[in-house]
Amino acid sequence: MRARNIVIFLVIIVILGLSIFTAFNGLKIGSYKIKPIKESVRQGLDLKGGVYVVYEAQTDKTGGELDQLMEQVIGVFSKRVDSMGLTEPSITREGGKRIRVELPGVKNAQEAINMIGKTAQLQFVTADGEVVITGANVLKAQAGFGQGNAPQVSLQFDKEGAQKFAEATGRLVNMPNREDRIIYIILDEDVISYPEVSTKIPDGQASITGNFTIETASNLAALIRAGALPVELEEIQTSTITATLGENALHRSLQAAKIGIVFIFLFMIIFYRIPGVVASIALTIYILIVMGIMMALKATFTLPGIAALILSAGMAVDANVIIFERMKEEIQLGKTVRASIDSGFKRAFTSIIDSNITTLISGIILYQLGTGPIRGFAVMLIVGIVASMFTAIIVTKFLLKLLVGMNLTKGTKLYGV
Amino acid sequence: MNIVQKRKIWFSISGMILIIGLVLGLIRGVNVGIDFTGGTLMEIELHKYIPAKEIREITDKYDKSANISMLGTDKATVQIRMNEDFNNEERKEIFGEFQTKYDLDEEDLLRADQFGPSVGKEIKSRALLAIVLSVIGMLAYITFRFEFSFAISAIMALSHDILIVLAMYSILQVPINSPFVAAVLTILGYSINDTIVIFDRIRENFKFTKKIDYEKIANESIAQSFTRSINTSLTTLVTLIALYILGVEQIREFALPLIVGVLAGTYSSIFIASPLWVMVKQRQKGKKARVK
Repeated sequence: MRARNIVIFLVIIVILGLSIFTAFNGLKIGSYKIKPIKESVRQGLDLKGGVYVVYEAQTDKTGGELDQLMEQVIGVFSKRVDSMGLTEPSITREGGKRIRVELPGVKNAQEAINMIGKTAQLQFVTADGEVVITGANVLKAQAGFGQGNAPQVSLQFDKEGAQKFAEATGRLVNMPNREDRIIYIILDEDVISYPEVSTKIPDGQASITGNFTIETASNLAALIRAGALPVELEEIQTSTITATLGENALHRSLQAAKIGIVFIFLFMIIFYRIPGVVASIALTIYILIVMGIMMALKATFTLPGIAALILSAGMAVDANVIIFERMKEEIQLGKTVRASIDSGFKRAFTSIIDSNITTLISGIILYQLGTGPIRGFAVMLIVGIVASMFTAIIVTKFLLKLLVGMNLTKGTKLYGV
Repeated sequence: MNIVQKRKIWFSISGMILIIGLVLGLIRGVNVGIDFTGGTLMEIELHKYIPAKEIREITDKYDKSANISMLGTDKATVQIRMNEDFNNEERKEIFGEFQTKYDLDEEDLLRADQFGPSVGKEIKSRALLAIVLSVIGMLAYITFRFEFSFAISAIMALSHDILIVLAMYSILQVPINSPFVAAVLTILGYSINDTIVIFDRIRENFKFTKKIDYEKIANESIAQSFTRSINTSLTTLVTLIALYILGVEQIREFALPLIVGVLAGTYSSIFIASPLWVMVKQRQKGKKARVK
């Protein structure tokens, strides 16, 4: 019995040690590789640096019309964001008229905001570089069929655009060289089409014809539409953080976490002796479990999230404290250590469940109502509470019984009594 | 321990803090963060200490009521809080002025936050809703698991904690913003946790007594849970204090209300919640006696 318990305990310690090593440094066995935690968790904007903007569409549309409009805006944003070549950008609709754009790792945040929020990045340019009209002037761009059922893209400009376009096409159509008659349609820096002016367009109704299939015509029309935001967007919330500030925040919070955890270990071991050692092991397992769940959920680590983790570590110890205090009482009543563990756990159980469920209630409500960083905080709190109940009730009990079975001491002094 | 009998002392201590907070709040006004009022926050690395007066030369052109403070150990980072929500172009212009005057890099604009006034209103109402819903949820759960007298005492103790945190904010002039709301909700969870452990003990002790003496049972239960209350608060507090000392600005915004809240929560679960419960119980008993 005794030898068996010692072996099991040692095996657990070795596995735990290995897990901690893996968490910090990663592991490589043959072709199988595990990345260290630092690299495999998603870091929020506040840790990685970057920018987020919440835009609100200035429109009175509702229902299906609004949905369509917002989808169009998201489409335009996606194209613009894709062209920046970032990792893990995210564009999400928030509520009815709002869109949140998150761009982690952006170097020049202000440039980035400019690029996304610009109403038009589509330009119609002549051969000598003169900008005739921009995407803001394009009201409609649609694929359709023209003369002889040939696929084409028809465009409609606003009043200002129609005027400018009439003036430019009137001038270009008389140019002697074919190259000079071309109008380049440029989206960002790419030429997406370069039709030749064949006649003056007086009324703002132009069409691009050529070797289109209906598919290529639709694509071009979509690209032209994407060049212009269909609605005015107001920037109602922005946050930009540089990577250095974020890294610094991460570094300092991790340091705080280390100090806090070491203190908890020392405190528990000095105050509760053998159970304290068990609690420290359980806390280590707790942190590994929380990290694991957060990785499995692909949750994002944010600064408030780290604060919640540290807080929940403090609270995780609480369950152990409740149990150990109960055990001490039972031992003082004259029960054996073994019997005290059982009744201590049993009596502490309702306390732990009730107190944690009430905390859980506020965590869930926080998650439901919160946005952005507050949500990160709530997720961590919920995961933390669930994991702490598991480690306190199951892991601690198992380890304590194991240790008692090792018959390390006959007295009760080492149980903090 | 005669905690319940001496309840007047405990209630007075809390009352004093609340009154000081209220009076100071009325005189000086409460510092409300820009995420509630709408506004702009910018943090710029200047690489050396610059007196606020010099910084105002630039910021006064945009917002005369701007709040300027220097951050960091060498006070080389300026934090500017303005009550107007400047858009990207305007922020660029403001930073541009700093850039030319102090020869800064693009990267020296460490942080910029902007909140439109409508967002602020929304955050505020959502926060209130979250608090109200949490309280209702807890009230229901405690009534279900214990009985209503416990639930109402626990919720009153909770209100006490939140009011104390608010009072401390008013006394220390710390801005009330959305991290504060998250912190308040955590305090709700934490403090109730503490209170429930003691109430659980009262519930248990009830089963073993024949003569019902609420004061005695409450006192005993507090005494039995005392070490636990102190130890738990201690471990949580130390981690929070480490966070506060080492943390950056945004972490501190979280850590401070939590520290105050944990202190208030521990205090209230020992000195406020159980005496309140005894009062509720005695009143219920008095009513029953009169009905008879």
